[in-house]
Amino acid sequence: MSIVANNISLHLAGFDLLRNIDLSVEAGQVTVLVGPNGAGKSSLLKVLTGELNPSQGSVSLNQLELSQWDIQKKASVLAVLPQHSELNFPFTANEVVSLGCIPHATGYAVDQQITADALQLVDASYLQRRLYTQMSGGEKQRVQLARVLAQVWSPSDFGEQFLVLDEPTAAFDLAHQQMTLSIVKQFAARGVGVLMVLHDLNLAARCADNLVVVNGGSIEACGSPAQVLTEHLVEKVFDVKATITRHPITDTPLVIT
Amino acid sequence: MRYLAADKLVWCLALLLPAVAIVSLSMGTVSIPLSQIVEALFATMGGGVENSQTNSIVLDIRLPRILLALLVGAVLAVLGTVMQGLFRNPLADPSLIGVSGGASVGASLVIVLVGGTVISPLAGLSLISFGAFMGGVISTLIVYRVATSSLGTSVTTMLLAGIAIGAIAGAFNSLLSYFSDNQMLRQISVWQMGNLGGANWLKVGIMGGVSGLLLVVLPAQAKSLNALLLGESEARYLGIDVQRIKRKLIFLTALGVGVSVALAGLIGFVGLIIPHIIRLLIGPDHRWLLPSTALAGASLLMIADSIARVVVLPAELPTGILTALLGAPFFVALLIRQRGEL
Repeated sequence: MSIVANNISLHLAGFDLLRNIDLSVEAGQVTVLVGPNGAGKSSLLKVLTGELNPSQGSVSLNQLELSQWDIQKKASVLAVLPQHSELNFPFTANEVVSLGCIPHATGYAVDQQITADALQLVDASYLQRRLYTQMSGGEKQRVQLARVLAQVWSPSDFGEQFLVLDEPTAAFDLAHQQMTLSIVKQFAARGVGVLMVLHDLNLAARCADNLVVVNGGSIEACGSPAQVLTEHLVEKVFDVKATITRHPITDTPLVIT
Repeated sequence: MRYLAADKLVWCLALLLPAVAIVSLSMGTVSIPLSQIVEALFATMGGGVENSQTNSIVLDIRLPRILLALLVGAVLAVLGTVMQGLFRNPLADPSLIGVSGGASVGASLVIVLVGGTVISPLAGLSLISFGAFMGGVISTLIVYRVATSSLGTSVTTMLLAGIAIGAIAGAFNSLLSYFSDNQMLRQISVWQMGNLGGANWLKVGIMGGVSGLLLVVLPAQAKSLNALLLGESEARYLGIDVQRIKRKLIFLTALGVGVSVALAGLIGFVGLIIPHIIRLLIGPDHRWLLPSTALAGASLLMIADSIARVVVLPAELPTGILTALLGAPFFVALLIRQRGEL
């Protein structure tokens, strides 16, 4: 089962944001989108999750057209973490994360347990009763991450689940970046399909099963990090001269700029 | 950290409400001891008529007025909460979607064109009430239509359109006032201050119907309102049909505020500050916020109205003046206390 984009294009306000994209996000794998600013990564995420309708082409989730999904059932298989959060009301971390339990509604006790576990997983148990509006940027981001994890915490009756994260590590320090990678791998191992946007190529190389390079609204390259990340591609797409070697421990590509 | 546990606050407010209502019944031009109030209330049920003058003050004048204050206060406060949640803006209030502005134009228009004293076909309701209700509903419809496109209703556009419609309504009001004679002018300004003086059982019945509808529909929206605070797309990803909820809540607000304004005039402040105060105390979870604000709004308006009845004896003050005078200082005190934390 998968999220499949079939020849999608997106035109908005006179701009071609996406052009003829074919992409498949498989359950149980980590798919990472990289690309320069304005390449269309976030637009692609929005089309793949149904937030925007493609001008052309179609997207299916578990073999059913995205627009055919019942909105509540869809919420139990697809959790999305946007790049920015608008929340400016003083919920506690506990309350924010328990909002992620709305789609499955398994009862108060179970929800509380999931909330506590999700907060612990993102190293934010100490935030439980603190107010969201008083947290630092990294703390807010972790709480929001816990919220979407809670949304797909237990398997759904409606098919394979997917976790979509738009730059989840943007506000994180080194330790929490590593933590995010290990959480993402943990969920993938459980069968959840992960799709995320990352800016750090080395982070992407270390966790991606499938690395997708987006440039100018279309897909430049796609495959395992070892296949995709070449000096030629990095220079072409990011306009940066780079040396690529092997990570001494993980043996994944290591981009040095 | 929060100041109060939400469930405790709801219980306290629920106990406060009947106490306020009983004390309020005893206050007025004629002060009636509590024992006689209880007697009067029982007399209607038992059928025995003993002190008929007291009975008629309590049952025909004060009781409907107090019930109207209770219902209007609850409806304005709870719909203020709904608007602040829907707009994700703690400064939103029901007047933002154009209801109040439109209602005052409707009321002024009736006062200037036909004179406010004309009694409508439905005895007990003045034509002003109809004018105000129509004005409120029509202006909300305009604001909603302006803000709605094929992509859905934009709350930002709605806020701005509400401000624009409010400005137009203000201009029309000034225009109508300019062309009124002294008596009309006084009527317009007294109407705009908000007054529960004309309460009767018909008004209580209408307001009761509207409150009943809100009581049935709103609690089920609490979770959706919570999710909406995250942002609209986040709420959609959580399985909330955002456009449907918006339409439903805007319709209910236009109806509830439209009827309140039609029956009691413009009573500001309750819809803005009560949700704010309660949120500072117990946080933004609408499952607790909705009942708490309804109860608190009901009590505040009853207290304000009781004071309005006795403060300048033998005359009365318009209720709307009192709500702001009572609530605003309390709100400022709360803001100062929490300054460092917001």
